[in-house]
Amino acid sequence: MILISCPWCGTRDQTEFHYGGDATPVRPAPGDADEAAWFDYVHIRDNPRGPHRELWFHAFGCRQWLEVTRDTATHEVLATRFAGPAAASEGAAS
Amino acid sequence: MQRYSVFSLVGRALFDHAGWEPAWRRATLKPTYDVVVIGGGGHGLATAYYLLANHGVRRVAVIEKGWVGGGNVGRNTTVFRSNYLLEENIRFYEHALKLWEGLTERLNFNLMVSQRGCLMLACSLGEMNALRRRGNMMRLAGTDAEYLSGDEVRREVPNVVGEDEGLWPIYGGLMQRRAGTIRHDAVAWGLARGASALGADIVEDCEVTDFLFEGERIAGVKTTRGDVSAGRVVLATAGSCTLLAKKAGVRLPIESHLLQAFVSEGLKPLVDTVIVWGGPGHFYISQSDKGGLVFGGDLDGYNSYAQRGNLPLVEDVISAGLGLMPNLSRVRLLRHWGGIMDMTMDGSPIIGAAPVDGLILNVGWCYGGFKAIPAGGWLAAHHAATGAPHELAPPFALDRFARGRLLDETGNGPVPNRQ
Ligand SMILES: Cc1cc2nc3c(=O)[nH]c(=O)nc-3n(C[C@H](O)[C@H](O)[C@H](O)COP(=O)(O)OP(=O)(O)OC[C@H]3O[C@@H](n4cnc5c(N)ncnc54)[C@H](O)[C@@H]3O)c2cc1C
Ligand SMILES: [Zn+2]
Repeated sequence: MILISCPWCGTRDQTEFHYGGDATPVRPAPGDADEAAWFDYVHIRDNPRGPHRELWFHAFGCRQWLEVTRDTATHEVLATRFAGPAAASEGAAS
Repeated sequence: MQRYSVFSLVGRALFDHAGWEPAWRRATLKPTYDVVVIGGGGHGLATAYYLLANHGVRRVAVIEKGWVGGGNVGRNTTVFRSNYLLEENIRFYEHALKLWEGLTERLNFNLMVSQRGCLMLACSLGEMNALRRRGNMMRLAGTDAEYLSGDEVRREVPNVVGEDEGLWPIYGGLMQRRAGTIRHDAVAWGLARGASALGADIVEDCEVTDFLFEGERIAGVKTTRGDVSAGRVVLATAGSCTLLAKKAGVRLPIESHLLQAFVSEGLKPLVDTVIVWGGPGHFYISQSDKGGLVFGGDLDGYNSYAQRGNLPLVEDVISAGLGLMPNLSRVRLLRHWGGIMDMTMDGSPIIGAAPVDGLILNVGWCYGGFKAIPAGGWLAAHHAATGAPHELAPPFALDRFARGRLLDETGNGPVPNRQ
């Protein structure tokens, strides 16, 4: 069982969360017509073996999106914060 | 190569089985090859075998970081079928299915190919309509598909779908009789033996760490046993292909995910076909020759390179299984394990040229690459030998993602953990 520390709700089982995938791709600006940038955003992933920044939705808790850093080789959770711009992470402990 | 037959078996048995040779040569790595195949799983070995058998390419090496059969080729649930929805996929997997039908004889190695059928179940009219649509596509593409009513399903597999209306009454099913199971270890060993007999060097315990470049072109590989130059390099490292591809400067539309499988204690015959249930839960099951029930379901659902699964998914698969077959409730689990799946953004594999000269891709096998082994090897060998794609290969080219020509069987879009 992966345990995720939600800044609001404390440490909870992975089954309370919904996986939202890689947190690092940056969505191009809506008016940006550069096809290569859109292609990268939609399809290309780094897929690292090791620390991976990813989104988890606390569906059966506070219903907030979290950004979790987790090691994909060991499943160890290394850090948790609210998703979004860094400022939004000022919440409870990680 | 020592040929296997009734006579060779009986002959050796009379002399205490003395004189059997290893099935394949333990080769040492040479400095130069025409083609180097990275990864000694099913796809790497099949690529090497067909390079020699179909194209007469002489100097071929398969470089495997662990041992032959230690990857997903020895971790899967052994189902083969061509009951796909999209025409390109049906044609490709049908090519594989036809090759399986003759491969035991061709390799002189018993792959235990058992065409026991694959039955997909529907719980409602809507699900049955989707299965009929799939069946129609299969028939149009020239493979076999049979529609069964609920009663026909109950007669066909009485131990799986009971007479009572149960929690999930079965409305009907789609049967592909030519589908079935194959002994997965035998596939790895048989192909290694076949390729080695034709002259391929199979080098185990040797990891490819990087590529050798000549200008912009890939001209070989760096390994833990020294550098090797090669006319062409085929990447067949299912489960971790993005790691090496990155070193070639190629970024792929792939995420690595975890898939688990389960085997029960041995039982008397209970399930004589492969059952796939994609209804309220995802569950598929067959029974091995030793009597163990072999079953599985969904991916764990988050990026992972750990070859071990997590308990929530165990509960998920088993509760889906009990929903379909309450008679399993007191069966004990013998083993369960996990493998790493390279999930592409559309759930279909990537076969063909990489966007760097000298490199050919045979990757992105998701959770369905075992059944594809002979066809994946056939197509990759064709490309590596001739420099051009095989006629079945263009739909599987890497550039389909940029061109928007996805082969998305599930229709889930670019979400690899839901493919
Ligand atoms: C639990 C489970 C159930 C499955 N069930 C089915 C099923 O029923 N039907 C089906 O069709 N498919 C199934 N699959 C999928 C199937 O097993 C895979 O898609 C397929 O085996 C992948 O191709 P392969 O055999 O070449 O992979 P592998 O056997 O994984 O081969 C890749 C090889 O590359 C080697 N390698 C990696 N990196 C390097 C390196 N740097 N240098 C040298 N070597 C390297 C690895 O050690 C490995 O041996 C299942 C998979 C799992 C895990
Ligand atoms: Zn929370």
